[in-house]
Amino acid sequence: MFYREAGQFKTTYAADQQIFPIRQDRLGMLLLLAVAFFFVPALLSEYWLKAILIPFLIFSLAALGLNILTGYAGQLSLGSAAFMAVGAFASYNFMLRIDGMPILLAFIGGGVAAALVGIAFGLPSLRIKGFYLAVATLAAQFFIVWLLTKVGWFSDYSSSGVITAQDMEILGYRFVSPEAKYLLVLSIVVVLALLAKNMVRSSVGRAWMAVRDMDVAAEVIGIRIMHTKLLAFAVSSFYCGVAGALYAFAYLGTVEPEGFSLDLSFKILFMVIIGGVGSIAGAFLGAAFIVLLPIALDVVVQQWLSGLLAPSVSSNLQLIVFGGLIIFFLIVEPHGLARLWQIGKEKLRLWPFPH
Amino acid sequence: MSGRTSGDVILDLQNISLRFGGVKALTDISFNVREHEIRAIIGPNGAGKSSMLNVINGVYHPQEGRIVFHGEERRKMEPHKAAAQGIARTFQNIALFKGMSVLDNIMTGRITKMHASFLEQAIHFGRARREELEHRQKVEEVIDFLEIQHIRKTPVGRLPYGLQKRVELARALAAEPTMLLLDEPMAGMNVEEKQDMCRFILDVNDQFGTTIVLIEHDMGVVMDISDRVVVLDYGKKIGDGTPDEVRSNPEVISAYLGVSH
Ligand SMILES: Nc1ncnc2c1ncn2[C@@H]1O[C@H](COP(=O)(O)OP(=O)(O)O)[C@@H](O)[C@H]1O
Ligand SMILES: [Mg+2]
Repeated sequence: MFYREAGQFKTTYAADQQIFPIRQDRLGMLLLLAVAFFFVPALLSEYWLKAILIPFLIFSLAALGLNILTGYAGQLSLGSAAFMAVGAFASYNFMLRIDGMPILLAFIGGGVAAALVGIAFGLPSLRIKGFYLAVATLAAQFFIVWLLTKVGWFSDYSSSGVITAQDMEILGYRFVSPEAKYLLVLSIVVVLALLAKNMVRSSVGRAWMAVRDMDVAAEVIGIRIMHTKLLAFAVSSFYCGVAGALYAFAYLGTVEPEGFSLDLSFKILFMVIIGGVGSIAGAFLGAAFIVLLPIALDVVVQQWLSGLLAPSVSSNLQLIVFGGLIIFFLIVEPHGLARLWQIGKEKLRLWPFPH
Repeated sequence: MSGRTSGDVILDLQNISLRFGGVKALTDISFNVREHEIRAIIGPNGAGKSSMLNVINGVYHPQEGRIVFHGEERRKMEPHKAAAQGIARTFQNIALFKGMSVLDNIMTGRITKMHASFLEQAIHFGRARREELEHRQKVEEVIDFLEIQHIRKTPVGRLPYGLQKRVELARALAAEPTMLLLDEPMAGMNVEEKQDMCRFILDVNDQFGTTIVLIEHDMGVVMDISDRVVVLDYGKKIGDGTPDEVRSNPEVISAYLGVSH
């Protein structure tokens, strides 16, 4: 099948403003969803679902959240993991303290709690930018983890703040098997990704990008800077919050505040950088890359390089490759894998003619 | 170009003074703008012209003076409120949104006219969907008017300078402003681009009745298209009148027209 726009003339603005204006993209997306919903759970092993696909989806969601804030609205944050922690602990407490709390509502509640905390920690962004803002979000990262560990109420007074997520049940159906959990996570992530895509192609998304690219001009056009930035913090933190709730409920089962450390925040930031700053698809590509890379490296090391590398090198190989890639993407292709994918498509569109 | 009808005073600036620390950018400046006129502000570099525009649309707040817009005295006004009242502008140094396409840049110009809530936009339903289409229609009219159909989907960063200036004008026009502030819209353009830009400015003024406040260095252009001219020098007003009056004002000649820039 050829990847061509030619012949697909848009006769209405509605056709031109569809979520995926090119027919092949539309079909590709439907195919991808069909595979993800029907074939993947049937064909892949439990290990793949549990240890790879579920975390991949959850990290994609968190990266999507950070990408809204950093990639679209231009506000750097190092606190994504802390907002995930807020989502996880808030959902846990909603389930714990409210009788008959529906699980989906608890997830939404977790997201809303994270959004409120996100707004509070986004307030400095009204005065400071760039590096200094990053430091302010770093403060959020440490403060929130500290608070969740220190105040026993959040973890129902368990030792060192460990919480065990409650069972997930919707309309009497309990999500226990890896297939069921995977499908639940997938559904939530697909819906939220769709909403994000709609946001970034509407006036709210344009306002975010305007503030990112040139805030003085944005304000002169009539954009309310404060409102726009805080909305970005809220939406971003909501996404991270829901991701955190899923991380606890659908992936690990048991989490502690320390699990949402600065390391995790950086990991999510790397996903955004490698996947593509300011791209929805980029969040997924980046998450896939970072979830799969260690596995691929393990295989490579064990199959081909065993004995060749000193143990100290092979155990740090992952970090070395990560570091190298980050530098590569920052310098060579700041728009990440998503941009490479785009270039590939443009080439394909013109293929077989070079220009 | 007198003979064109211009109406009542819609913007009256009275005794405006603006300081940045010790720097006096504007000192006791008064002038007015009439409905539907093209009002030029000229003066050497650093005279305070850009600062004047920034005062008009609320980016800078003068320490002294009164601003009366449409008969109402304005207190400290934020730029986005000025936008909501129908004041749009372009910048001396292009201030487009670099990461966005031409179309998206121009669409942002209509942001004060879009009212769908953020949740409606997220589900892209009802009012949000309708608004995107309606405003796209309007934006396409502006695109046609400025003859930039061919670059609609291009990221603005890839455009040559002259076209970027035109896109910036498009973004301002998309807001359907009643008053348009243009800060050196022709700076750095070649003769042909300047002619195009002049034509667009006159057409905007003619067809939409937009009042225009224009900063421009090219004296030929200024004398050609403006109805009245204010001359600033070192933050002070040294001349105000029709192009002919200004041209023959001795103080202006010695301070500005006499020296080459
Ligand atoms: N934001 C600012 N901060 C400090 N000084 C400023 C600022 N904006 C303008 N000025 C000063 O005000 C004076 C007038 O500048 P400007 O209005 O840009 O002049 P023009 O547009 O006529 O060249 C200059 O001395 C300039 O340095
Ligand atoms: Mg200037």
